[in-house]
Amino acid sequence: MSVKEKTEFQPKIVAFCCNWCSYAGADLAGTNRTNYPANVKIIRVPCSCRVNPIFILRAFQRGADGVIICGCHPGDCHYITGNYYTRRRMTLLFSMLDFLGIEKDRTRVEWVSASEGGRFAEVMTEFTNDVKAIGPNRKLEDLRCKAK
Amino acid sequence: MQKIGVFVCHCGTNISATVDVAKVAETLAKEPGVIYSTDYQFMCSLAGQNLIIDKIKELDLTGVVICSCSPRMHELTFRKAADKAGLNGFLLEMANIREQDAWVHKDREEATLKAVALGRAAIAKVALNEALIPGESKVTKRALVIGAGIAGMQAALDIADAGFSVDLVDIEPTIGGLMTQVDKTFPTLDCASCILTPKMVDVQQHELINLMTFCEVEKVEGYIGNFIATIKKKARYVDPDACTGCGLCTQKCPTKNVLNSFNLNLDNRSAIYIPFPQAVPLVAIIDAAHCKKLQEGKCGVCAAVCAPKAIHYDDCDKLVENKYGAIVVATGFNPIEVHAFNEFAYDQSPNVITSLEYERLMSATGPNGGTVLRPSDKKHPKTIVFQQCVGSRDTTSRGKTYCSGICCMYTAKHAMLTREKYPDTDVYVFYTDIRTPGKGFDEFHRRAVEQYGVHYIKGSIGKVVPMSNGNLKVQASDLLMQRQLHIEADLVVLAAAMEPDKSAKHLAQQLTASMDNDGWFTESHPKLRPVESPTAGVFLAGACQGPKDIPSTVAQAGAAASKAIILLIKDKLKGNPCVAHSAENMCNGCGACANVCPYSAITYVEKEFRMPDRTTLIRRVASVNPAVCQGCGACTVACPSGAMDIFGFSNKQIMGEVDAICQ
Amino acid sequence: MNKSELLKEQVQRNSGVNVLKCMRCGKCSATCPNYDVMEYHPHQFVNMVENNQVELLMKSESLYMCLTCFACVERCPRGVEPGKLVEAIRLEAVRIKENNHLKPDQIVKKLTDKMPQQAIVTAFRKYTK
Repeated sequence: MSVKEKTEFQPKIVAFCCNWCSYAGADLAGTNRTNYPANVKIIRVPCSCRVNPIFILRAFQRGADGVIICGCHPGDCHYITGNYYTRRRMTLLFSMLDFLGIEKDRTRVEWVSASEGGRFAEVMTEFTNDVKAIGPNRKLEDLRCKAK
Repeated sequence: MQKIGVFVCHCGTNISATVDVAKVAETLAKEPGVIYSTDYQFMCSLAGQNLIIDKIKELDLTGVVICSCSPRMHELTFRKAADKAGLNGFLLEMANIREQDAWVHKDREEATLKAVALGRAAIAKVALNEALIPGESKVTKRALVIGAGIAGMQAALDIADAGFSVDLVDIEPTIGGLMTQVDKTFPTLDCASCILTPKMVDVQQHELINLMTFCEVEKVEGYIGNFIATIKKKARYVDPDACTGCGLCTQKCPTKNVLNSFNLNLDNRSAIYIPFPQAVPLVAIIDAAHCKKLQEGKCGVCAAVCAPKAIHYDDCDKLVENKYGAIVVATGFNPIEVHAFNEFAYDQSPNVITSLEYERLMSATGPNGGTVLRPSDKKHPKTIVFQQCVGSRDTTSRGKTYCSGICCMYTAKHAMLTREKYPDTDVYVFYTDIRTPGKGFDEFHRRAVEQYGVHYIKGSIGKVVPMSNGNLKVQASDLLMQRQLHIEADLVVLAAAMEPDKSAKHLAQQLTASMDNDGWFTESHPKLRPVESPTAGVFLAGACQGPKDIPSTVAQAGAAASKAIILLIKDKLKGNPCVAHSAENMCNGCGACANVCPYSAITYVEKEFRMPDRTTLIRRVASVNPAVCQGCGACTVACPSGAMDIFGFSNKQIMGEVDAICQ
Repeated sequence: MNKSELLKEQVQRNSGVNVLKCMRCGKCSATCPNYDVMEYHPHQFVNMVENNQVELLMKSESLYMCLTCFACVERCPRGVEPGKLVEAIRLEAVRIKENNHLKPDQIVKKLTDKMPQQAIVTAFRKYTK
């Protein structure tokens, strides 16, 4: 890696992945050795509908620059209807975050199945680039956390 | 006071090549609560597990973090090890630094930093973990096998032979599946019927197998050991118990021009029919779309001639519900439709046929009693051209990206049998590659070339033009000779790709079993758990999981059956302890959680609460049935007061992980 | 990168064709209606580009024998699109100064009443700068 790239802004990205599809998809990306940016760090949740909006607010508060939620494709949820709840909740939350000044490009919901390792890497690369393009997020960040 | 041990795995060089494992161990040792941190070459090995066990005992650890592969790989292994050391397995967390770090990043420094971050998240989580004890549930000692082709029949027989009852469901009026349409099998050239029909009879006569033909699985609920399936018995208009299969009705039926799907529409049958003479059960069925009585109300000939009075025109679809402990999916495959490949003129000429149609033409139970005559004028074909890979290995929207696996072999079989029966016939096979892995398979293909003089040509058909006399002008390439060939053929046979059966998609949604992009069921692990679906209690047999020949299908069916037996033989199953629970003091009984619960696991109970001044108050609060809850967590987010939480993935734990990652 | 590698790169970029996608099934050459008069056939175009032999193709008459009917593009199972590759190599050839396959004054002589106007337009596009 060149010096220039090192000083480039490296966003912190939190990815919530459902245990059944997206986490397995991320594992498959690994098995296939498909590269994606190291900025993405995955938190395993049983289902995308387990992601409480509070987690996302917390991430932004603690200095995350982007949050992505991945679940099974609509209709394929392991828990039958979980991803439909995710879709509704997050549409609402993201529009409110947008209103607060957290750009829409910082938040995303994506459907990645267990067989879509390539797609997982693609999505993560694309999302990281989008977040890089808009720069660091300072809107919700709690500076008291930083001082610590 | 937390006493957490961190164990960083090298995984040979899988992790250590990209991640500085020693540095990870060193950095994580400074995290709050961590009292021990080390790295080791193979954590999952016996020595590695013993290291963990020894350290738990020696240091009296309260939590363990393993930085290694995906928890989908070895979480269970390590939990068992922790249990052995006397530490509850749920006090162990894994940081996935192989699949989600070392394998996807190239920069050593970046990957090491990420490994530390993931390790921190796991430490933050494990500090908040609670010891969990899985509940137990009973196992229903009955299996459901969906699809009664060779895979489903084999699985049903094996499970029944082990002493468990099996319901064998098939969407068709007879069992046997696609193999009933096959004439001979490669590479031994056994007659398919001779090996299949005795098995069909075995299935029918087995006292523990309940045949449910012409039935469809509508809905599946429940979980491993306790599935509830709703099965639709489609209207047959013939009482299968009364019908003797004499066939008189089929002879007397006035509607004789219905296309015969068993012979792939190459000939006709009557509106009331028996699929084929060896059908099991050997019972007639009325094709409602073509029956005069059912469509127009007039006729009734079949009922008049039926001595046992088996015909009921007022028959209708019925739903039955049953409980099962295990489900075996064996929905199989079908050849794709080839209409989109218009260069082969399949829609323009009846003499362009698919391989399965050719199979029917050669079969003794086929339209010509086993004599190969071309469909347009029933003439004996003198030049036959086979095209392989029609729709296989095709990345365009017309085809499938995968290799269908069996086409090379069955085309060699067709070519060989044709040359053997009709030595005066010229046979050309156009191939892209010949793929014949399997015992005796390549020898078989070579025999077709060397002994039977089949012209194998590396190349492809580019265009087929039908002529007025029924012959076909075939323009093709010969890549090794660097020339374009122009052949006047009598018959062109297309080796169509295979695709999963249409019924599989709906079934996968009902079972919440995952499928890949092509619609094949995915296995739990491609190498180590090849016959289990990721959904517990659902097993995969045969070509529903991917293209397969008959021997592999039978082998996989046996494996799926043995996995089902392993499940059914247990009296009780340990459940998933990571289920929802509600804090009664915070719950206000609003009902939001029950609304979103897909399993109806939440009920409301009246509960007495102590209030100030020695008074009590009865309030309605949510109560979760841990046996029914699957732990998705939908309720935790829906709960407005934050009373709902889930063991193993609690709000605090996930928030701890978020904090650690954002550090 | 030497000259032939550069040409390969250029041709692939201009056409949008990735020659590595070819699985050598021969469908393109099977479907080609002008196969017999071509020195190099559609599948050879793909293979030769892969092996850095664009210059050889640029010198070949086959370049102008391709009808641009796009049958190969339509039927290729891997989406390789050999027709577009031929077009890009042709472009590469006519880009060289004085390397027009036809000179504008030659075209006038070849015109007949029966020739569709489209053919003249195509001729200019295909054979000249």
